Amino acid sequence: MSERLRVDPIACTGHGACAELLPEAVALDEWGYPLLAAGELPRELHRPARRAVAACPARALLLERTDARQPLPGRFTGSAQGRTPQ
Amino acid sequence: MSAPPLTRGLLGTGDPSLAAHLATHGPLPHDGDPAAVAGELTGRGGAGFPTARKLQAVAEAARAARVPAVVVGNGGEGEPASAKDATLLARSPHLVLDGLQLAARAVGADTVVLAAGHPQLGGLDRALAERGDRGRVRLVGLPDRFLAGEESALVSAVDGGPPLPRGKVPPVRHRGVQGRPTLVQNVETLARLALLARGDAAAGHTLVTRHTAGRVDVAEVPLGARLVNVLPLDPGTRALLVGGYHGSWLPTAVAADLTLERSGLASVGASLGAGVLAALPADRCGLRETAAVVGYLAAQSAGQCGPCLNGLPRIAAALELLARPGPRPPGLLADLERWAGLVVGRGACTHPDGSVRLVASALRVFTPELAEHAAGRCTAVPGVPAFLPVPGGAR
Repeated sequence: MSERLRVDPIACTGHGACAELLPEAVALDEWGYPLLAAGELPRELHRPARRAVAACPARALLLERTDARQPLPGRFTGSAQGRTPQ
Repeated sequence: MSAPPLTRGLLGTGDPSLAAHLATHGPLPHDGDPAAVAGELTGRGGAGFPTARKLQAVAEAARAARVPAVVVGNGGEGEPASAKDATLLARSPHLVLDGLQLAARAVGADTVVLAAGHPQLGGLDRALAERGDRGRVRLVGLPDRFLAGEESALVSAVDGGPPLPRGKVPPVRHRGVQGRPTLVQNVETLARLALLARGDAAAGHTLVTRHTAGRVDVAEVPLGARLVNVLPLDPGTRALLVGGYHGSWLPTAVAADLTLERSGLASVGASLGAGVLAALPADRCGLRETAAVVGYLAAQSAGQCGPCLNGLPRIAAALELLARPGPRPPGLLADLERWAGLVVGRGACTHPDGSVRLVASALRVFTPELAEHAAGRCTAVPGVPAFLPVPGGAR
């Protein structure tokens, strides 16, 4: 099963708990909002990711199942993972 | 490719009455599959999505959910530089209402809404009364805000909520007005559907709002027309704005070879958007114009998403500095580039993406102006008023 993180950008208020609990997959931008590692979450991060999702005070961090394998561009992107900036 | 000529245009004679509408276009045929007549028609609200596929998607979502769909005609032209939807609603309201009727039939809707700016509602109410459709079509007035016509913001406004974007998940075709599958379709697209149902070749034309020195008008033009024939260029025109305030600046030399068709514009990173075309007069400064527009766009952010709320005002302030002749803080361009990267793709709607698209195109096209400003000079004539309309506009 593949999973990846998503941020609800409206719900997110920049508490930063996600970056504290899951630094392997979440960094904060200069305003304190999360930047997610692109692509799917490595299997070993599934459990800490669930903890980070549960700890988000705004309930803005989501863990979603993905159907197809996505390429891993290996850089931090925003909440709209995998979408090409226009 | 040039489209066949229209036998009857979208803007009519200027008489918005039902009698004039029927005399020009005849009655709306009662048979025929609206999704089939849509053919190659694409949406004219900005995104350019194929209409037939959208009609089918909403019809399928309604069947799957076992509830009747909702149809919303979108006349919420929030773009200050665009006047084509307001002009269409004022001149040919019955074509839009015919299109709504067709769209409702196509998706199996039992609820039909037409949303537009408050100044349009009086004329639309008269048109509904003329055809005995008061009560069948609900009119909703929208505030004069840039994002009021954004699909999810429109759904929120129709439901009596704030006119703010909600995000793309779930899409309004699945959960829109009253939580039901909803078709949101631009009013020009609906009017074109009404012409197509009558056998008119309406899909190959489009409405544009043209801005040239001292003149703003709305025209219906073939998509195959060359940009320079649609928008007459004065000698010395430095650049064109294509697609409005989420659009792109193009150097005049690049624009010269283009038609309005999607593929050609896409090849130079532009899109027709909602049909705004502006030729920057020789005596204006593209950086000053862009700074004013981006200041407006930053103020029009719904303020719901952190990156947009934090990034757009910083981007606007940086552009304001770049728009003035004189020394600039070190690292300003690098900051601007970083902030642009931090807002793209991180909003619930595409407001940050569109705003950054405009900024990036300005920095590409107005490179000579950036150098002039850094050297303490500006090519614009001092004291000329702003060219592009910006509500609440003083700088």
